[in-house]
Amino acid sequence: MRLLIFLALASCAFGADQATIQKGEKVFDYWCATCHGAGALPGTVALRVKYKGEKPAMLSERTDLTPAVTKIFVRKGVSIMPFFRKTEVSDADLDAIGAYLARNNNTASH
Amino acid sequence: MLPPGVNAKDFADALKQFEGAAGKQWVFTSDEDVALYRDAYSPFWGEPEERVASAAVAPGKVEEVQAVMKIANEYRIPVYPISTGKNLGYGGSAPNLSGSVVLDLKRMNRILDVSERNHSALVEPGVSYFDLYRYIQEHKLKVWVDVPDPGWGSPVGNSLDHGGGYLQPMYRNHFDSHCGMEVVLANGEVMRTGMGAMPGAETWQQYKFGYGPWVDGMFSQSNFGVVTKMGFWLMPEPDAYLTGTVTVPKYEDLIAMIDILTFLENSGVSNGMPGLGSPILGGFMMPPRAPEVTALLEKNGVASPELHKYAQDKGVPFWSCTVKFYGPAKAIRAQWEYAQEKFSAIPGAKFKDDEFYKFPLTPDQFDKVHKPEMGIPSLEMFSIGARSPFNPTPGNGHIWFSPIIPRTGEAVLEANKVFAQAAKDFGLPLLSFSLPTTYWMRAFIFLFGFPITHDVATNKKNRENFKQIVRVAAEHGWGEYRTAPAFQDEVMNTYSFNNHALRRFHETVKDAVDPNGIISAGRYGIWPKHLRGTKA
Repeated sequence: MRLLIFLALASCAFGADQATIQKGEKVFDYWCATCHGAGALPGTVALRVKYKGEKPAMLSERTDLTPAVTKIFVRKGVSIMPFFRKTEVSDADLDAIGAYLARNNNTASH
Repeated sequence: MLPPGVNAKDFADALKQFEGAAGKQWVFTSDEDVALYRDAYSPFWGEPEERVASAAVAPGKVEEVQAVMKIANEYRIPVYPISTGKNLGYGGSAPNLSGSVVLDLKRMNRILDVSERNHSALVEPGVSYFDLYRYIQEHKLKVWVDVPDPGWGSPVGNSLDHGGGYLQPMYRNHFDSHCGMEVVLANGEVMRTGMGAMPGAETWQQYKFGYGPWVDGMFSQSNFGVVTKMGFWLMPEPDAYLTGTVTVPKYEDLIAMIDILTFLENSGVSNGMPGLGSPILGGFMMPPRAPEVTALLEKNGVASPELHKYAQDKGVPFWSCTVKFYGPAKAIRAQWEYAQEKFSAIPGAKFKDDEFYKFPLTPDQFDKVHKPEMGIPSLEMFSIGARSPFNPTPGNGHIWFSPIIPRTGEAVLEANKVFAQAAKDFGLPLLSFSLPTTYWMRAFIFLFGFPITHDVATNKKNRENFKQIVRVAAEHGWGEYRTAPAFQDEVMNTYSFNNHALRRFHETVKDAVDPNGIISAGRYGIWPKHLRGTKA
């Protein structure tokens, strides 16, 4: 029993399960990478200019994006990036993107 | 928010029935969910006039669309169909009439057919250009989709709004390249056009006209039905692609250059979307403009003889034209040679070979090319408005002023004179010399972006400027080809021949096919009877 509780807590502390992260990567590639992927894409260039090297320009390389922050940007938009409807990115898909982008976060700091 | 003219009980009953038709999870009523249907680039952002939905319903198949329409018709609920809702700059996913229920067709995302033998596709409204492109790649089919730029919208939505792309002229105009439709009417009845009207016909995506009046055009830029399927002709993957640039020295040479270009295009000699430029004036995809040129332009405009002399003294050509060819390598090299012969009629014309590609592209070439010219959807065009080294403080979007201009050099020069004067009169930032950015077979489209901000005063000023420039353009016979809902009434009013005979005809049709006026009230200036005169 104790072990189960420990595992449950560990899974909270270390984020989402691998399947969700993998799903998140897929959804990210489909919806986000066309602007935020590698190369001189508008989202990547915009973040490179914004953060001037302080943070990676590519979202998939960030280690500071919590699922809550990802959710705000997807549902509220920013600058010329519009928000996305639930028929495009469902809540479950958005949770998965959040898990994917948070996969390398240093959870100790949260 | 309630739809206009609908009481709370009826609205609640209708929403309940929408849930029965499309599924409870596909009816959106919370403020948070409905806010996602706002137009992210609304010129009314945050103002009471912003057009917002009361709810949204997202059916997953045509039978569900029919059921929703029957319910809406019974309860007189205004509905606003969208395909993918990505028509940013032209209204996005928000309705013309506040309080409408958005009929979100994004979930209808089936690619029903892609034929490599007929070079055609049949798709539902929720299929994006990316979806269709990816399907074609996965199935290794040798067909290209003509994509708009940016390309995250849908073939159905983009073509119904008269969008365009880059490939051969017969594909570049997306509505022209469609073949056959399925439409759900206001009463919920489903209809097919062209050969689709004949049960068992195998030619729905082969012959556009079927029998009798060709009604497809009535479902574009309108509100007469809900399009649930559309066929499109696709371009066979060509053997090769070639581009070459001609430069001509003098200001007046623009006239002959465009005439020759038009001859080449209308003859089918060159078949890619051309690109006009000005090495002396600089601008998009051109070297930066010399400070002396800016000073001369500010002093006397582009027609300034001093500027023309400066260009000649410096040996910088006044105009350039990049001509593009798709086809067999041998043939397009010969076509480019013939084009050079034709352009040589202009004294001082010079030529440069640019790109040449065989298909499929290598990965390096893939990274380098302007993707839509290869039928590859891309969002790279957003770099114009996004934060970048050239644009450190981006706005919140844009709307387009996009008039149709005759395909002559005289018209291009005249339009620039008129718009430069209008910019001065209205205190707009000086519209630097503009060349057409989109080319139909026999007309040019100019595109001028107006920035959208989240500042009410700035948006208000831009809206007024936009209306004024629409009016000035119309006085010269230059009409908008497409516009955002905020200006659709103003633009429709400029198409006023014989006391607005065309708009009155639209209204007659509207009353006949949608007597309760439930579909997209106000879209492209067409209002249902009960709202007519109160809005326009």
